[in-house]
Amino acid sequence: MTKGWIASLMEGCEQKKKRLKTGKNVKMGFFFPLVWFRHDDLKEMLDSNKDSLKLEAMKRIVAMIARGKNASDLFPAVVKNVACKNIEVKKLVYVYLVRYAEEQQDLALLSISTFQRGLKDPNQLIRASALRVLSSIRVPIIVPIMMLAIKEAASDMSPYVRKTAAHAIPKLYSLDSDQKDQLIEVIEKLLADKTTLVAGSVVMAFEEVCPERIDLIHKNYRKLCNLLIDVEEWGQVVIINMLTRYARTQFLSPNQNQESLLEENTEKAFYGSEEEDTKDAKAEAASMAKRKPYVMDPDHRLLLRNTKPLLQSRNAAVVMAVAQLYFHLAPKAEVGVIAKALVRLLRSHSEVQYVVLQNVATMSIKRRGMFEPYLKSFYIRSTDPTQIKILKLEVLTNLANETNISTILREFQTYIRSMDKDFVAATIQAIGRCATNIGKVRDTCLNGLVQLLSNRDELVVAESVVVIKKLLQMQPAQHSEIIKHMAKLTDNIQVPMARASILWLIGEYCEHVPKIAPDVLRKMAKSFTNEEDIVKLQVINLAAKLYLTNSKQSKLLTQYVLNLAKYDQNYDIRDRARFIRQLIVPTEKSGALNKYAKKLFLAQKPAPILESSFKDRDHFQLGSLSHLLNAKAVGYQELPDWPDEAPDPSVRNVEVPEWTKCTSREKRKEKVEKPFYSDSEGESGPTESADSEPESGSEENGSSSSSGSSSSGTEEEDEEEEEEDSGEQSEDKEEEEEEEEEEKRPKRKDKEGSHKAVLRTAGSPSEEEEEEGAKKSKKKALQGRKGRAETSSEASTSESSSSGSDSGSEAEAKQRKAPPSSKASSKEISLLDLDDFTPPPPQPIPSSSIISTSLVTDLEGLTLTDTSLTPTLLSPAFSAVKTYELLHRMAGEGLAVEYCFSRRPFPSDPHMVAVQIQISNNTDTEVKNLRVNEPKPLSGMRIQEFPEIVAALWFQSTWRQGTQPPW
Amino acid sequence: MIHSLFLINASGDIFLEKHWKSVVSRSVCDYFFEAQERASEAENVPPVIPTPHHYLLSVYRHKIFFVAVIQSEVPPLFVIEFLHRVVDTFQDYFGVCSEVIIKDNVVVVYEVLEEMLDNGFPLATESNILKELIKPPTILRTVVNTITGSTNVGDQLPTGQLSVVPWRRTGVKYTNNEAYFDVIEEIDAIIDKSGSTITAEIQGVIDACVKLTGMPDLTLSFMNPRLLDDVSFHPCVRFKRWESERILSFIPPDGNFRLLSYHVSAQNLVAIPVYVKHNISFRDSSSLGRFEITVGPKQTMGKTVEGVMVTSQMPKSVLNMTLTPSQGTHAFDPVTKLLSWDVGKINPQKLPSLKGTVSLQAGTSKPDENPTINLQFKIQQLAISGLKVNRLDMYGEKYKPFKGIKYMTKAGKFQVRT
Repeated sequence: MTKGWIASLMEGCEQKKKRLKTGKNVKMGFFFPLVWFRHDDLKEMLDSNKDSLKLEAMKRIVAMIARGKNASDLFPAVVKNVACKNIEVKKLVYVYLVRYAEEQQDLALLSISTFQRGLKDPNQLIRASALRVLSSIRVPIIVPIMMLAIKEAASDMSPYVRKTAAHAIPKLYSLDSDQKDQLIEVIEKLLADKTTLVAGSVVMAFEEVCPERIDLIHKNYRKLCNLLIDVEEWGQVVIINMLTRYARTQFLSPNQNQESLLEENTEKAFYGSEEEDTKDAKAEAASMAKRKPYVMDPDHRLLLRNTKPLLQSRNAAVVMAVAQLYFHLAPKAEVGVIAKALVRLLRSHSEVQYVVLQNVATMSIKRRGMFEPYLKSFYIRSTDPTQIKILKLEVLTNLANETNISTILREFQTYIRSMDKDFVAATIQAIGRCATNIGKVRDTCLNGLVQLLSNRDELVVAESVVVIKKLLQMQPAQHSEIIKHMAKLTDNIQVPMARASILWLIGEYCEHVPKIAPDVLRKMAKSFTNEEDIVKLQVINLAAKLYLTNSKQSKLLTQYVLNLAKYDQNYDIRDRARFIRQLIVPTEKSGALNKYAKKLFLAQKPAPILESSFKDRDHFQLGSLSHLLNAKAVGYQELPDWPDEAPDPSVRNVEVPEWTKCTSREKRKEKVEKPFYSDSEGESGPTESADSEPESGSEENGSSSSSGSSSSGTEEEDEEEEEEDSGEQSEDKEEEEEEEEEEKRPKRKDKEGSHKAVLRTAGSPSEEEEEEGAKKSKKKALQGRKGRAETSSEASTSESSSSGSDSGSEAEAKQRKAPPSSKASSKEISLLDLDDFTPPPPQPIPSSSIISTSLVTDLEGLTLTDTSLTPTLLSPAFSAVKTYELLHRMAGEGLAVEYCFSRRPFPSDPHMVAVQIQISNNTDTEVKNLRVNEPKPLSGMRIQEFPEIVAALWFQSTWRQGTQPPW
Repeated sequence: MIHSLFLINASGDIFLEKHWKSVVSRSVCDYFFEAQERASEAENVPPVIPTPHHYLLSVYRHKIFFVAVIQSEVPPLFVIEFLHRVVDTFQDYFGVCSEVIIKDNVVVVYEVLEEMLDNGFPLATESNILKELIKPPTILRTVVNTITGSTNVGDQLPTGQLSVVPWRRTGVKYTNNEAYFDVIEEIDAIIDKSGSTITAEIQGVIDACVKLTGMPDLTLSFMNPRLLDDVSFHPCVRFKRWESERILSFIPPDGNFRLLSYHVSAQNLVAIPVYVKHNISFRDSSSLGRFEITVGPKQTMGKTVEGVMVTSQMPKSVLNMTLTPSQGTHAFDPVTKLLSWDVGKINPQKLPSLKGTVSLQAGTSKPDENPTINLQFKIQQLAISGLKVNRLDMYGEKYKPFKGIKYMTKAGKFQVRT
């Protein structure tokens, strides 16, 4: 402070320029906000031609703005510096401009040309910052300029500029909403953008400008889902919230079948009678029959799958967004995953806890089971702020059920002794709610509450009285003892609400306590004038009820009370007294109502329902401001109900022919994950999207052409392939592609030709193929027995190349498309050429599979150098849709293992399935003696082992292994 | 989204305001002051306050209220999380975040806020990017700037925003390449009267300080990754690698950051390293009460428990306490009724204890509640969950970094009910 003053005094002197540079008063600028400055100095400094002075002046001005002081009269002086070379001055001028341009529109126009020049700058960052400031100065005159700039920037080469354009859209929209149509065009264009940088910002713009234009999302839906993980965290929140709404309009409810079932079940548990049950069941069966079995739209699944990893985000807002998405969209069985993440957020700052607990409270009403395992995480610590304590209490109450109620009540008992009285009151309310909801503990709770009546703290007693009153209404007959006990309390308890509650109770159930009630009335009549208003009203009430039931004893008392009330200061009480007197005391004038007085006063009153204030809050989208406030906030977009009929899912398709889509799937995935997670194995799934279209097409071409060139000399196995499956070309194609992808990776490292161990321990499904395999292996076996060195080099090379290498598999792919018949002869020729004996013509041999397997077992030990026994048969097995990583090369120090389920029957045993394991050695050291070491399958499973692989310098090995499935 | 931000100090002065859209008059804060008055304590001010035209979302940290003004529907956590990020950034920039520091550096603060939000939507919240745009003030730099006339604002443009690893600066160079990881575990527990555990869970974090040249790609693997029940990552961690192999693979940000936070759930047995024996009694008749606490080690895996600190909020009717500690110092604040006892190290041979009498207000009945005891402690070189880092490997760069791992166990919200 003092320093600031000194600074100001010094400023007053004309020596400021000198002092500014001495370095002693470096911090002068920072201290400045404490002092009011004469603007003339600043103007002078701004007009000087020294950057350091300008900077100093700008810093002071910004400090003024920060303090909320008006600096608008400096506008002309500041705006001149908009083209200043010094980047910090420039930035501060921008800050100033954005703050005051709205007030000084004409002068602000002076700066526009600078920004327009900036928009043409070759540096993307300068273009972006020019657009940012241009769009931030809220001057309606420049709307056309802004529009033009945004349109241009939307097709800029740099994604960063496009992102800035997306940011500028809502700015322009708030300035001039007439531009909406044009802006929507820009949004549409930017939505198609494929970069993660733009995605979040453009969806933000979409939400602000045209959240109702859900049709714009269709084509970009899949892309957004896939990009999501790489979008920056704030963008993720916006996208997830938008996609939640989108999914609600486009997909069917995943719970439609179960939901009705479950809900009815719970209903039954509460009020169910036998006949209703059967009726319900019939109705249910009928409706089930009508409904088609629910199949989740793959796009719906895609969304759920791609958002799930984000539950691990460090950003609480992202976690909450995913949680609400799962809550609103996921099938019941899957919602549980969010509980853990939400509970984790409870460790965060108290504001985060507050919001999360509000949402958990709502969720826990609908899906109680979800949070039950985390019950203890909601236990209250004495250090929690009161508002957090009360919310936790709410959650605990919601989670209470017959099994955990005893633990919860024990916990509540400790809370009751807390020093925080608001919290104690809330706890008593919570106990009351537990008691109403869970019949089993009603008596225990009631007893506990009655004990609280002797508590020293009046607030506690009063709160208990109120809660007991509510509980007693449920079954008054059994509890006349408690009512008597409470009647005694009227002597001591002073809290008006509690007194009123007791009086009401006695009046209502005066028949159960016929002896005490008149006495209570007597006491109250005595103190009537000193009571609070609500107590007085209840005294009148009690008097009236007693008069009706027991007029002998209470007639005089009632009249006394009514007389007192007649002259009360409060007109409510006077009115009530007059009304009641007319009603209950029969006079000549009193009309027909008199007869019904008893019915009026002593009618059965329904017991109050104690329910959570969070009930039914879930019609607001969770995590939203509106949900938190339980009121619609400005700009809140309703969460639509699920449609009854699914809208056409094909709208999300991007025009790609069916087969390319299949192949593009894998390609596209590779591509999408490239931004950062590219090294991790992609999972398969229907993830095709718009952006993949052109690329996949070209790659398709590329691969087929390459296969064409490399298909020489590998015919032998090709035919076998194509005989095996000719119908499923497209699918195979896709598989081939993937296989190719998989193989390429290790291949690249393999420069010096490879030692490949391709082993086969089990035959393949097709019989003819089987036979071929058998023949070949037999042939190999012969050769092998002769001596491995003599192995026909031609055969083995051709086979090995096809077994693993790109060219081979591609060749197969191509060959497969050709008609099978044309190949038959060539195969035989090739066989003849290679070997010196004539093979028998290919005929289906019934026992072929047995032969082949036995042959293979014969061949055990004849491994690696023999390259491959039946290479071709491996490729189909290779082409399983999804490979899983068993051991990453980093973890395995160079050894990588992948496995996949080839989805083919295991020939030697129909009860077994084949698991294919691919081992690749990425190091240059030798890996020896690969074998299955003491397998420990689960009970009911067995493993058919593969033979030991002796040694390999570099190898890539594939085999199948039988595993007995547990069924 | 976020319209404006007001910073309000404990005495209710608005000492900084920033608007990202049209100016919102600071009179909107009156609603906030009202709510503040209604709430007895600062922590009890509701984080969301609706006003006729705006909504006020606030966080309270370092004795400052950060009040964001919004006008339309926005996920409240979005704003709250952002505000916390702002505070973290200030802390990162200036070391501490206090009113004085913010006032001293108002221009830097303003520039930072300007970069963090564009039209109310977060633009750059990564501290690495921000530091590239606006350099944090250091004494040296301020001196240099005054002499040379250069500025705090980085003259290179925010290239980080364009990269696929936005959290890392490009062109980082160090002469000593080092990577330090601190595994810090906090035990949250509630212990009941009889000493049995009601709930206990472990919340752990791995904080890293990575100063490595270039673009290193690190992998960190654990001996026992299965322990980690629930994890949340810095965005740099490749999630899929974790899913498939339980390995943390990441390109680290430059400098300090929180790599991972995890949770070891209550289902597993959590070792409680200390116990508290207590005997607190107030008698109805006399105005004196007895007070006795002993703290002792339990399941510490042979490590010493240090930095023990006992605090307890006494009931209102307590007037004073006459206590003698066997070690350490103690203090009782008769206004806030807060007892604190700084114990220090626990010597298992001679357990620290605090004994004495409590004088109660005459005439009032004895308090129903015994005070709860909050405990803080530290155990060096121990991760109580048993988590162990297996190895740290670096790929992508040639040099050999210096690597260090430190373990520590602390008390989180550790409470003993009496």
